[in-house]
Amino acid sequence: MSNSQPDNQPEVLRFGQALNRALGDAMRADDKVFLMGEDIALAGGPFGVTRKLLDEFGENRVRDYPIAEASMVNLAVGAALGGYKPVVEIMFMDFCTLAMDALVNQAAKAHFMFGEQGPVPLVLRTPHGGGLNAGPQHSQCLEAWFAHIPGLIVVCPSNAADAYGLLRAAINDPNPVVFVENKRLYSAKSDFPADPQPIEIGKARTARAGNDLTIVTYGNTVHLAEQVAKERAEQEIDIEIIDLRSLQPWDESAVLTSLSKTHRLIVLHEATEAFGIGAEIAARMADIGFDELDAPIIRLGAPFMPVPYSVALEAEFGPNADQLNAAIDRLLL
Amino acid sequence: MPASKRSAPTRLLLDLYRTMLRIRRVEERLSALFADGTIPGFIHLSIGQESVPAAITHHLTNSDTVAITHRGHGQALAKGINLDAFLAEMMGRASGICQGRGGSMHIADSSVGMLGANGIVAGGIPIAVGSALAHQLDGEGNIAVPYFGDGAIAEGVFHESLNIASLWNLPCLFVCENNGWGEFSKTDDQFAGNLKKLAATYNMDYQFIDALDVVKLSNLAGRMVKAVRKTSRPAILECKVTRHHGHYEGDPQKYRPEEELNQLGDQDPVSAAYDKLINGGVTAGELTELDQQIQAEIDASVAQAIAADHPQFEQATAGVYA
Repeated sequence: MSNSQPDNQPEVLRFGQALNRALGDAMRADDKVFLMGEDIALAGGPFGVTRKLLDEFGENRVRDYPIAEASMVNLAVGAALGGYKPVVEIMFMDFCTLAMDALVNQAAKAHFMFGEQGPVPLVLRTPHGGGLNAGPQHSQCLEAWFAHIPGLIVVCPSNAADAYGLLRAAINDPNPVVFVENKRLYSAKSDFPADPQPIEIGKARTARAGNDLTIVTYGNTVHLAEQVAKERAEQEIDIEIIDLRSLQPWDESAVLTSLSKTHRLIVLHEATEAFGIGAEIAARMADIGFDELDAPIIRLGAPFMPVPYSVALEAEFGPNADQLNAAIDRLLL
Repeated sequence: MPASKRSAPTRLLLDLYRTMLRIRRVEERLSALFADGTIPGFIHLSIGQESVPAAITHHLTNSDTVAITHRGHGQALAKGINLDAFLAEMMGRASGICQGRGGSMHIADSSVGMLGANGIVAGGIPIAVGSALAHQLDGEGNIAVPYFGDGAIAEGVFHESLNIASLWNLPCLFVCENNGWGEFSKTDDQFAGNLKKLAATYNMDYQFIDALDVVKLSNLAGRMVKAVRKTSRPAILECKVTRHHGHYEGDPQKYRPEEELNQLGDQDPVSAAYDKLINGGVTAGELTELDQQIQAEIDASVAQAIAADHPQFEQATAGVYA
């Protein structure tokens, strides 16, 4: 039994609480930061991320927006051009379709197409992912769309500490950032540092060191990878896990370094496998990492179908431990 | 009559005429430069619509912001965009206002409050409303003006923009240049309602004016700008204008009735202002001199733009992120 005092224990925080703390700290640090979203002020957000911020910062800085995503994100672009740092929340990532012009044609292009006259420092927070039986229009992982657009930054944390550090970095960043939050993580608890700092965008984290095989992943599937890696360690299969954290830009050198050590690569994500983040990473590693590969690169993501509603159907939708184990077996056995 | 003894209305008209004529002459030159291949891509001219930006910007400062349309050369020039940088951008040069990356549909000049032209119809409207939100938070009495054409009225974000501007009391003057044509189709075939009723629905002031008379337009715009500044209530100003050229340069306009095309000369705010100035005692010689000054300025700007360097690819690739 440890005799250490509670004061010396690392604080444990829920993912959603870490985001809330990051928003509050960012707003205290810079009075140009303000929030807009549907039901974020009075109601505190559908997942509680903006809870109590209205009380501290008032309705000028924590704004309930009508259900009108297209104008909301465009207003954020205009306010950002006017020197503010808006953080907007899109209630479910599926609803980003309604704000695509604002993100793709306006926010992403303004800095480039206006000849670098002014940055667009906006952050769009949005939850992705299934597992809540929320059905085809409330469960999608659409991050690859945004990673495909020059001018946008895309991040997706897997734990409370990274959620805080990446959100602070995203708000500080002069570029538009799509900040993706896996909705199954909101209530997940993890260690939180005593003096949390912004985390550099574009840097991956080694979630687990290993020598036999690399799993590159991000968001909630980091935990799937960790669970499977722990089980396979009992069979003396030593898996390295790279948590990308940032998807655009992604940490190519960290992935290549790991591949150069393990020579086997699985790219795992909850998003649709076809034409996804994994396709980009696999193609890039097949090019610059070709000499390091002892086996084919395996992608593991969702099947090419909408996210189904039924508990029975969504349970099989994956990716799951069985599929990941099968991929590991294919590479090692 | 000596210039010093002119009446205030004549001085105002002369001032507005100068702005309109400069836009007209620049766009005529753009038309020629496009026809001979000096300007690539496609451009949309506002010839016939010059009175609107001339009148509106007469009442704006550099701290007020405007978002302009794809038919926005006049809106940009009236707001004060540098002519050298404007023309260099049209020709895709490194010294262009956007370093040759945007072209006609994406000109912007943040130094004079020009938020940017937009290749997406209605795209600039909600961005200007966001700028109005920034003005409201700044609390310095500045306003935002989204310009848009009648073709933008059926777009969803326009309606969302009216709603939020009214809901949040944003200092925003929505200025519609209604030329009766949404690209190649009649406005009446595209929009079931009208702006007056829409303004009433969203609880904001609405005024309509024929933009042929630039002085009347300026007086009305002045009152509306002042009211938006003072009350921070949004308003809509609908200006009836006539598009003299096609949707884009080179558009044969076969969809447009011949009768309408034959009457364009009667619907010209620049020549209407010219006639008024002559009637007000300004000499033809003086107006010719003004024209020559403008042409000389354009000649010099075109020459520097043609001589300017082309942009470097490496510099463009380095400019994707801030």
